[in-house]
Amino acid sequence: MSAQKTLELFATGPKVINLGLPSFADDLRRSGAEVLHVDWRPPAGGDPHLLHALESLQGSDGGVLPEIATANEEAVSRLLAAKPMLVGLGKASELIEGMHAKHILHAGPPVSWQRMSGPTRGAVMGALVFEGLAETPEQAATLAASGEIEFSPCHHHQAVGPMAGVISASMSVWIVENTAFGNRAYCTLNEGLGKVLRYGAFGDEVMQRLRWMECVLAPALSQALTRAGSLDLRSLIAQALQMGDEGHNRNRAATSLVIRALAPHLIHVDLPKEEIEAVLRFIDSNDHFFLNLSMPACKAALDPCRGIKDSTMVVAMARNGTDFGVQLASMPDRWFTAPAPLVEGLYLPGFSAADAAPDIGDSVITETAGIGGFAMAAAPAIVQFVGGNASQALSFTRKMLDITLAEHSTYKIPALDFHGTPVGIDVMRVVESGVVPVVNTGIAHHEPGIGMVGAGLVKPPIACFEQALTAFCEHKEQSR
Amino acid sequence: MAKRVIIHQDSYHDSVFLMSLTQRLLSRVSLEDAVVAMAAPHNKALLAKQGYQDAALEEAGPGDLVIAVCGEATVVDSIEDAIDALLKDEAKADALEEARPTTLDAALKALPEANLALISLPGEHAGRAARRALLRGRHVMLFSDNVALEDEIALKELAVERGLLCMGPDCGTAMIAGKPLGFANSVRPGVIGVVGASGTGIQEVTSCIHRLGAGCSQILGTGGRDLSLEVGGRMALFSIEALAADETTSVIVAISKPPAPEVATKVVAALREAGKPAVVHFMGEPPRETVGNVRFAKTLADTAELACKLAGYGEHEAPTHDAALVETLVAKLGSEGPTHKPQLLGLFCGGTTAYEALFLLQDAGLQLESNLKLHGTPKKGKAKGTQTGEQEGLLLDLGADQYTQGRPHPMIEPLLRNEQLEELVSRDAPTLLLFDVVLGFGSHEDPAGVLAAGVSSIARDGLVAIASITGTADDGQGYAASRQRLEAVGVTVVDDNRRAAQLAAAVIQRSAR
Repeated sequence: MSAQKTLELFATGPKVINLGLPSFADDLRRSGAEVLHVDWRPPAGGDPHLLHALESLQGSDGGVLPEIATANEEAVSRLLAAKPMLVGLGKASELIEGMHAKHILHAGPPVSWQRMSGPTRGAVMGALVFEGLAETPEQAATLAASGEIEFSPCHHHQAVGPMAGVISASMSVWIVENTAFGNRAYCTLNEGLGKVLRYGAFGDEVMQRLRWMECVLAPALSQALTRAGSLDLRSLIAQALQMGDEGHNRNRAATSLVIRALAPHLIHVDLPKEEIEAVLRFIDSNDHFFLNLSMPACKAALDPCRGIKDSTMVVAMARNGTDFGVQLASMPDRWFTAPAPLVEGLYLPGFSAADAAPDIGDSVITETAGIGGFAMAAAPAIVQFVGGNASQALSFTRKMLDITLAEHSTYKIPALDFHGTPVGIDVMRVVESGVVPVVNTGIAHHEPGIGMVGAGLVKPPIACFEQALTAFCEHKEQSR
Repeated sequence: MAKRVIIHQDSYHDSVFLMSLTQRLLSRVSLEDAVVAMAAPHNKALLAKQGYQDAALEEAGPGDLVIAVCGEATVVDSIEDAIDALLKDEAKADALEEARPTTLDAALKALPEANLALISLPGEHAGRAARRALLRGRHVMLFSDNVALEDEIALKELAVERGLLCMGPDCGTAMIAGKPLGFANSVRPGVIGVVGASGTGIQEVTSCIHRLGAGCSQILGTGGRDLSLEVGGRMALFSIEALAADETTSVIVAISKPPAPEVATKVVAALREAGKPAVVHFMGEPPRETVGNVRFAKTLADTAELACKLAGYGEHEAPTHDAALVETLVAKLGSEGPTHKPQLLGLFCGGTTAYEALFLLQDAGLQLESNLKLHGTPKKGKAKGTQTGEQEGLLLDLGADQYTQGRPHPMIEPLLRNEQLEELVSRDAPTLLLFDVVLGFGSHEDPAGVLAAGVSSIARDGLVAIASITGTADDGQGYAASRQRLEAVGVTVVDDNRRAAQLAAAVIQRSAR
């Protein structure tokens, strides 16, 4: 009978979602009712066009249109089925399609030399010197501006790069293979902290280190890896999340796990003991060594979701210090961009907010795949970057449930009773709730050649997501 | 400008902590620059480069904490306190912070067993949220007003189609399984089921039911427009059906602001169909003849009394005036002189209690000015402006839009009434004051205390004040305490709104004789 649901309500009593006056929730709580108060804000910021767009994607039952729901289920299931394995190392020129001597890959959406940020320019100049195409940074800058150099995003070449994210032809790259789908992702080796190319530094110190990495580090790791077979990055990340890492701004545990896995093989590498020691010390001295593995692991996991028609899942977020860009599963070739924001965070001794470059790097691929800021609850130590505490770390992760499609089936968080991390950012939910992904990140100096000045949290510009939603609706309208 | 270096020996902190300490030090104390770091060689070199010269710094090692500050000499000299406070702060763990969902869907993910959405958002968003909740299979109580009529109809159609309650828009009161939704009084559980299209009307009826010893099974609101021709009583009819099917409910009470006649007929038919003893109160309408199981009551208190009787809670005598009380009050008015007809000033926080008082006073033959319009013409009342006789007073519903633009409803912030009281007493010099006081969830924490303060500030000889309190002994504000506060400043407190209005009418008529 039609009163059935009302009789059930009478019998169980109200369990209430409260939208509006908080005192109503307090009264209910005081009288012993279960109640959840919503931290409500006008959906889509109250923008009538966006509200209309969101409504146009709803079916008669108030849920999303069935084809979108199905597409998003498919996208998430592919993302969760991913099995990223570290299978080897090789030269960018030999592995990356379209790579040539005068081709430089960079982080984020496409950007011309003229619009490039300080750190990206610095890294490009450094890479041109490293490649022997220029002798001085000044010459490099002239060459870069000449039009002779081809620039394109790492993301267009199955690659990702932290901060400036510069990859040039003769650099060594990790090869990560998603064995569930057969696709690969590439990323350079992490250079360590301080003055490094990825933060736009290009001095002698930087060049020497890059050369040592090519001559000693990469061959040593390559040999060790060949002897070890492959490394299961998914299980490594899962373990690290239970050891206090979040896979973006804290990689201390995962880096240690890599040393444990590779050390027995490294000692067999055909190099003098001193050099093997140097390799081990290099990895040990750099807590972010694993970042350049967690990033391609996430990239390899997300790429199979590209091209799923009708999916509103985000498959890439990336920035180049000029723009912040977002890509959707259903329109994987389009970037939706807005000016890169400044990072809110803490500064190394001697630096302040006045030194900071806007947000930069492909490392936000980790958040896109459900770790990094989304796994903040696993890494309470790093919320201090924003003056937070351990309970806020839990809040950051929980909040991301509002904008994601699922909980991760492998990446689980002890402090959240082993719930999975929120995964699969849904652009519709971002626009409706106004909640943007929480992103942990480093801060580069705005001048080329200086390097890292701090770290913190960044809020992606909501405009990227709003544009993506609008374009999705138009696209859907046209294909009808 | 002074530079100073402080060393805390053997005090290791990780770099993130130190960066955060630097930032907070700079934000709390007016300094030119500050560096908080471990005395590692590279940091020492950096500090030297920045011009910090100190023997202690040169000797410090990587396990020692360096705090180097640069600023006004007075600030720099007393920097220790600020640093100590910051270090202590850091050790203090903050209370666990709860993550709150920001959308209805996110909330449903966090509490999937939720079965009702209580919505008090701004009107334009309220309708959208209500629709979403109904589509997700959840009952709705929509407290918000300013929802368009066509949206109300669509929402209620959708609700009925899905077998869900859509209480409101503009529904102030409900109680389900003893849990208050919006404004509600602590009424004991019982067998009387109430469905009402009025907020304080429901509160008054259910409070009376509690005071008479009975209790309520469910209290369902429908919103004030439900029994209009356009909405057609959709939610009232649905609620009656639910109460008919509810085993706990043995008596049904239906109250409404003046309904459209066609809709009133439908409601009565639904109650007949329900078969359970029922009491109907259509405000401002003389009671109709009993039809089978359906009886009619003239006032809110009459409704409660009749319902209690049907539920087996004894006979309650029809209200009779306490003749002695009338005489006492007339005597109190005496100093004004018996030839002068007393002027009444009624100031009400509750819309329905105001309406009922106006109706009863006009029904007793008084001619009052009001911001409320009565539907239909009261039997003996003289409609405003149709008589040459002078006005006998003023009665205002202070919850009307004209008073609540940009400020809280007087049930939440009763100071509004005190302001009006002061102004109107000095303007009109009334001699008889009439008030309602509404207790319960949602209301101000001490409305009687606020009113008592207002009354005592204007008290003078020859001024009589009468009030009733809508509430129960179990309400947070305390019925007895509220009553006491009012009586302490000379207010005559009677049991219900009906009695208050009738007492006021009797006093005026008696002194006019």
